[in-house]
Amino acid sequence: MELQTTWFILWGLLWAIFFMTDGFDFGIGTLYPFLGKSDTDRRMMMNSIGPLWDGNEVWLITAGGVTFAAFPKVYAVMFSTLYAPLLIILFALILRGVAFEFRGQIHSTGWKRIWDAGIFIGSATPALLFGVVFANIFRGIPFDSNGLYHGNLLMLLNPYGALGGALFMTLFMLHGANWLAIKTTGDLHDRSVATAGKLWLLTVPLAILFLGASFFATSLYDNYFRYPALFLVILVTVVALLAVRYFIVEQSFFKAWFASAVTIVGATFFGIAGLFPTLYPSIVDPGASLTAFNASSSPLTLKIMLLVVAVFLPLVIAYQTWAYNMFKGKLTEHELEY
Amino acid sequence: MDPVFLSRLQFAAATMFHFLFVPLTLGLSAILVYMETKYARTGDETYLRMTKFWGKLFLINFAVGVVTGITLEFQFGTNWSRYSEYVGDIFGSLLAIEATAAFFLESTFIGIWVFGWKRLSAKAHAGVMWLIAIGGNLSAVWILMANGFMQHPVGYTIRNGRAEMTDFTALMLNKFALLQIIHVVPSAVVLGAFFVMGVSAYHLLKNQHVDLFTRSFKIALVFGLVSSLTVAFTGDLHAVHVAEVQPAKLAAMEAHWETQSRAPIVLFALPDEEAGKNTWELGSIPGILSFLGFHDFNAEVKGLSDFPKDERPPVLITFLGFRTMVGLGTLFILLTLVGFMRRNRLMESPGYLKIMLWAIPLPYIAIEMGWVVAEVGRQPWIVYGLMRTSEAASPVAGYQVMVSLIAFILVYGLLGAVGFYLMTKKAIEGPEPTTELETV
Repeated sequence: MELQTTWFILWGLLWAIFFMTDGFDFGIGTLYPFLGKSDTDRRMMMNSIGPLWDGNEVWLITAGGVTFAAFPKVYAVMFSTLYAPLLIILFALILRGVAFEFRGQIHSTGWKRIWDAGIFIGSATPALLFGVVFANIFRGIPFDSNGLYHGNLLMLLNPYGALGGALFMTLFMLHGANWLAIKTTGDLHDRSVATAGKLWLLTVPLAILFLGASFFATSLYDNYFRYPALFLVILVTVVALLAVRYFIVEQSFFKAWFASAVTIVGATFFGIAGLFPTLYPSIVDPGASLTAFNASSSPLTLKIMLLVVAVFLPLVIAYQTWAYNMFKGKLTEHELEY
Repeated sequence: MDPVFLSRLQFAAATMFHFLFVPLTLGLSAILVYMETKYARTGDETYLRMTKFWGKLFLINFAVGVVTGITLEFQFGTNWSRYSEYVGDIFGSLLAIEATAAFFLESTFIGIWVFGWKRLSAKAHAGVMWLIAIGGNLSAVWILMANGFMQHPVGYTIRNGRAEMTDFTALMLNKFALLQIIHVVPSAVVLGAFFVMGVSAYHLLKNQHVDLFTRSFKIALVFGLVSSLTVAFTGDLHAVHVAEVQPAKLAAMEAHWETQSRAPIVLFALPDEEAGKNTWELGSIPGILSFLGFHDFNAEVKGLSDFPKDERPPVLITFLGFRTMVGLGTLFILLTLVGFMRRNRLMESPGYLKIMLWAIPLPYIAIEMGWVVAEVGRQPWIVYGLMRTSEAASPVAGYQVMVSLIAFILVYGLLGAVGFYLMTKKAIEGPEPTTELETV
């Protein structure tokens, strides 16, 4: 396989892993004010992801870094044209990060309330905006061949973009509710399971709508009709989404969480496969679209980075798996650090 | 509203704010490695309480450092897209390696460290702190490698209208980057050591937790003495290399205008950048600048007047920044030497302890000034000799950058205030009375 194609797939994979891992953190943060009735509930929710979220967030930095290294022109044009939404996401992530750390430092209701709001805003905002931004990328962004953006922040909230935002947010919340079902006990557990069930009912119509709207609003399906084997991506995603429901009913919450993870990776790849070989399409000037072939780094850099990724990613996955494994099982009240 | 100027302000504010927290993460992690390893090997409970106390401060500081670091990685794209496109082939890969090979390690294991007290043996838990410290310091190494390319680009060729990598090994062996690494990493240890000594001095002056803080002080003292000597030594090596490859920066560091041999050093001066001379000077010693730059009293040192006006860095800031850094660096050696002589009579040296308490901010100032000298002194280039800062910004509207700049100032101002408040509060509270693993 050509270097650029390999890197295109890796690029999609890293974003997908980020959505899959930090996705349930975002989901739990979004559910936080709704499911966290008491202080103990809230601490349970925070501690359910406490040891993991920091490592999960690095997938974003790696996805961004790899975009920079492998496709510098995409990194340059994508992030400067998405200036406003990206900075809003970054400020939200700042808020979320410090809220986790600061909330427990002072035992006063007012203080905790501030950071409770921080956790919610800091999680819900990226959950929504990542969906909006990626749906807009699937659709095409109004930029010209000089990398100039012809639009504003509100234009991203076109119907397809808004639908993408709603779908991502719901999926992340479903994914988060599944995680809470694994980690918690008692009343919080029961409410998490019930919420997961309701969120699933919301996800299904949103997913159908998104698949349908993609036909009209984007040209993603061109690739699918050219290479019908790609429909497997959609098939796997749909089966995974159905499996979420099955495993929730079966009370196999780890399997339900795994299925929602596959759904998120599948949903990301639904778009990535449709985009290929384009990473960042322009909706106003197709000639300005950035592809794996016109926006990549030099072959030497791509080779060196491939070596780096081949050595370190398996290592990262190994120690992160070890960490997940170390903190598996139900949370108990006497091991709450936050 | 000029987006280039605003982007520069924003990047400077974001970097300098981030760099208030990073050095403590690096320096304190090294000291924590020592403390926790000591606990794992001896089982002495004091070391455990010590680790937990300094660890608490470490974590608050770490949180602010991490969140402000993420914005930096993305600002190259949001605000400096022309730069990113031009050198991404090289610079981008170094940042990506930093995330993959170093930052992952630090971030994954920090969660394990916080939550893993009961799930890991004392030895394994100390091992996790080793990994955090290694990950954090490796991150610094890769970031300085990337910065080294901006300071002194090597291993590239201009092809396809951009800089493309031709020699990865040359990039790894970039002398400028290596000198920065051996100068900056120990200076973070100086900062961490002065932080530990200062907070310990506070409690010793109050006569509380004397055993724990005497030991903390002495541990930090050794780190502080060794690192401040190292910083001075590597700083000298670094200056010699700057004289060779960035003569304009050296001239600005010294407000040196006319090319001459036996070039003098001035203790203080007020440079007039328009007129191209110093309005007044104080204490000029001949030959010293030649010696500092080239280790030869008679060497010729190029003056700023020999550079076209549009290739001179801002002189006043670079000059003052350098003076402050060197002055403080010298003070750190003196303070740690005094401490070393009094190490067994700390409780009888309240004057010295008071000085050490008030010395906590000084390494912060010194390290920020070092960064200013490195970055402002590199101007007008974003990549020395290759690309000008004025050509590097994104084609975004000025008002957008204005809005984000204001947001940065507000958010970071608030973050800084809360972080400072919490650190102070927790530092004053002191360690937990006894070690109860149950109630961390």
